[in-house]
Amino acid sequence: MLDTTREIEVPEGVELTLAVAGLVSRALAFMIDLAIRWIGLATVSGILAYLGNFGSGLFLILVFVVEWFYPVLFEVFNQGQTIGKKSMGIMVINDDGTPIDWSSSIVRNLLRFADFLPVLFGFGVVSMLVNKDFKRLGDLAAGTVVVHKRRLNKTTSNFDQDGLSPKLPLTLAEQSAIISYAERSDRMSPSRAAELGNVLAPWLDQDLIKKNPDHSSVTLKRMAKWLRGH
Amino acid sequence: MRQEEFEDRYADDWKKFETQINLAEALKQNKQKGDTSLEGFADNYRQLCYCLALARERHYSPILIDFLEALAFRGHQSFYQKRLGIWQNICHFILYGFPRAVREQARFVWTATVMFYLPIVVVFFLVVLFPDMIYMIVDAQTVTSMENMYDPTAERFGTERSSGSDFYMFGHYIRNNIGIAFQTFAGGILLTIGSQFFLLFNGFVFGAIAGHIYNIGYNDTFFSFVIGHGAFELTGICIAGAAGLQLGWALLSPGAYSRKQALVNASKSAIQLVYGAIFLLLIAAFVEAFWSSTHMVSFNTKYIVGTIFWLMVIAYLTLLGRRGQSNKKVTHGS
Repeated sequence: MLDTTREIEVPEGVELTLAVAGLVSRALAFMIDLAIRWIGLATVSGILAYLGNFGSGLFLILVFVVEWFYPVLFEVFNQGQTIGKKSMGIMVINDDGTPIDWSSSIVRNLLRFADFLPVLFGFGVVSMLVNKDFKRLGDLAAGTVVVHKRRLNKTTSNFDQDGLSPKLPLTLAEQSAIISYAERSDRMSPSRAAELGNVLAPWLDQDLIKKNPDHSSVTLKRMAKWLRGH
Repeated sequence: MRQEEFEDRYADDWKKFETQINLAEALKQNKQKGDTSLEGFADNYRQLCYCLALARERHYSPILIDFLEALAFRGHQSFYQKRLGIWQNICHFILYGFPRAVREQARFVWTATVMFYLPIVVVFFLVVLFPDMIYMIVDAQTVTSMENMYDPTAERFGTERSSGSDFYMFGHYIRNNIGIAFQTFAGGILLTIGSQFFLLFNGFVFGAIAGHIYNIGYNDTFFSFVIGHGAFELTGICIAGAAGLQLGWALLSPGAYSRKQALVNASKSAIQLVYGAIFLLLIAAFVEAFWSSTHMVSFNTKYIVGTIFWLMVIAYLTLLGRRGQSNKKVTHGS
């Protein structure tokens, strides 16, 4: 499989499928975080400058904390998401799907230094590209993985035509293809829906399709409704 | 059962469980006040997993399965989160966990210690025998600034530094020294090479400077300065290096595990050493900024206090936490 998914089995006996986050979304998230850190530090340095040497000392401590622990604090207290990760819709979790804890987060973020070597995250990128879960060295040691955060996107369809039983016996795979098509077709343009509908159903009445380009998509939705139980 | 019937039957339960998850997530971030009852969470979560398994088995639509999976994932994350009792854990770790971790990983700690102190001793004597060697290891500018810093005739030794600039140095030491410790640790994942490099390199430089200071006779200003915080700082660096060696060694010699699993296991115990190193280096930064630099006490006092610091560190690491459970049991039970 070319899919970048990862299955974890939870103690309740079901498997959860997680979409592993790739190089690009993670790099973008990192750059967003970097920008936030720089802007934050620059702002604070302006304020602390009024406090003389004491302020400079405080600033150095702050730089240290932000340099090493900005991601740790966010990951532990914000459900595995720094601001950059949140904006990219990704999160870091333990390999077994549980929320990341202090130790794992600290390990992966301290090892960012090794990922950065020899230049510009060289080792980190190589490690991510050869690893099927896109893990950098820090993830490998900490036993963590960065995944796309799941969204609850269950839309209720307002399709109001009657169900229609298919003329032919359909296999399970065909049935689920039709249902899946019907559920997704709300989010497609009508012409795209018609195009895909025609691919799916060469066995529909071709004359009716020629007269009305929506015919295949409407028929498939009705079949889906029937298959789902109406 | 058709999908519609299935959804109708369980929709209310899923809705209810979703609100419970929202509540649980809000509780974790301390955003929720008032009603905090999560009664029946476990049952609802198990029922949801059951529904998910059924929906898969019956080949219901991918969107429904997706929806149930997303809920199950959030339920899983809420249900299996770890308790974060941080202050209690820190105290327990300092009093018991850290000294135990050091003794359990004695192999790596001793290796790192030798890698750090051996170059110090060797280079010290080399520089004492061949004074010009200092310029092969440390650049001339640094040597000059070191000479100025520890020049006993310098004016600033008569005057006390202001507390503001003491604090500035405190910040500097924290950022610099703990940063070096972190790099020494992180470099270890590269098959121990990074940790070895930082241990040896820092040993070389420190030995060379100490040798040079001895040659030019600024002994008291230099050694009375370093002895105090050195107890914490040099030990901290060695322990951070030991943690790095442990990571790399897991890759080189994974034993009965796969390299990946050996690395994960090693990082679990190595991070204990890193926590301890942070603890020691925070003390070191404090001592270095506010005690080592003070000129109100005599050199002899500093030597005595410094020696006491060294004995304290050694006693701490060798004697504390010998009674009670071992680390493994504690982490297992928490």
